[in-house]
Amino acid sequence: MVSPQFVMYEEEFNRISAICDRLCRESNSKVVFLVDKNGQLIAAAGQVENLDTTSLASLTAGNIAATGGLAKLIGEKEFSILFHEGERDNLHISIVAGRVILVVIFDGRSSLGLVRLRVKKASQELAVIFDELMRKLEDPAAGSPFAEITDEDIDNLFSD
Amino acid sequence: MSFINYSSREINCKIVYYGPGLCGKTTNLQYIYAKTNPEAKGKMISLATETERTLFFDFLPLSLGEIRGFKTRFHLYTVPGQVFYDASRKLILKGVDGVVFVADSQLERMEANLESMENLRVNLAEQGYDLRAIPYVLQYNKRDLPNAASIEELHRLLNPDNVPEFQSIAATGWGVFDTLKAIAKLVLQELKKGR
Repeated sequence: MVSPQFVMYEEEFNRISAICDRLCRESNSKVVFLVDKNGQLIAAAGQVENLDTTSLASLTAGNIAATGGLAKLIGEKEFSILFHEGERDNLHISIVAGRVILVVIFDGRSSLGLVRLRVKKASQELAVIFDELMRKLEDPAAGSPFAEITDEDIDNLFSD
Repeated sequence: MSFINYSSREINCKIVYYGPGLCGKTTNLQYIYAKTNPEAKGKMISLATETERTLFFDFLPLSLGEIRGFKTRFHLYTVPGQVFYDASRKLILKGVDGVVFVADSQLERMEANLESMENLRVNLAEQGYDLRAIPYVLQYNKRDLPNAASIEELHRLLNPDNVPEFQSIAATGWGVFDTLKAIAKLVLQELKKGR
C-alpha cells in the first residue's frame, strides 16, 4: 500500500538543512535544495531569495520522473545523476536514498568534480536521516498528525 | 501522498486534473490562476507544444489558508490528454492525493471520456491506488455547447459510483471553483482520517 503521508519533523528538518547549508558552502555552490520525488520542496540553502523554488521543485521532480521512465525503457533501474550545463549556471541533480532529489546550482566558481565529491558525502549523511525518518513514519504509534482537525476547520477554509 | 512539514508548518497536497484530450483541463487551471489573488498563487507552468497542447503537464501551486496554524498548499497538475502520452500521465499520477476527472460533455467525445477514465483506473492501479478509495470528483465541462449530452446520460455512463459531480464551462469559469473546492475538501478530509 502506498503511504498516504510524508511527515517532516522539526528535528530532522534542522539536521537536513544543516547538511544542505554545509554542502552549499563546501562545494562553492549558489543554491542547494532537496525535493521529494513528488515535487514538494523539502529544504533549500544558499541564494534562494530570487528563485522560484516551488516551480524548480516541481520541474525537477518532473525531470527525474521522465528520465526515470527513460531508464526503465532501456532496462536501467534509474539514472541516479543528471547534469545540465548552461552558459553561466549548471545544475547537478542526484537521487538520495532512492526517494529524494538533491539539486545543486553552481557556476564557474565551482566545478563539476568538486560538486560531485561533496554531493557524495552529503548524500550519505542525508540517506541516514531519511532512513530514520521513514522508520518513524512507519511506526503505527505515530498516527495522523491531523486526526484532530474538524470538518468545521475544513469548512472555514472555504467560507469566503 | 501529502507532505506535512512541521518545521515550516505547511501541508502540501497534490491534485491531478485528468481527462481526454481537449476536454478543458488546462483551461480549468488557467481560470483558477487568473482569478486567484497574487499572494495565494505561485507561477503557473505549462509544458506544452507549439500548438498549445499539453506535452508533459501544467502546474499551479495554490495556498488556501491555514488550518490549526498549518498553511495548506495545493499543487494542481494536469496530464496530457492525448492517448499517446500515456507514459507521461503515469508519471504525473505519482503521489497524487486527489483526482478531478474533466469530462467533455459533447456526445461525440463520450467514447474518449470512457477510454480516458479506464486509463485513469489502470494507471492508478499500477501505482497501488484504487480510484474508488481516493478523493475523486467529476466535472462535466463544455455545458454550453449545443451537442452536449444530458447530465442524466453523463451520470449514467461516467459516474456509476456516484462521486460528487459538477457542471462547468471552464472557458468562462462557471463551475471551476466549485470543482476545486470539492476536491480540496475531500483531500483534507482524507488527511484527517490519516492512516
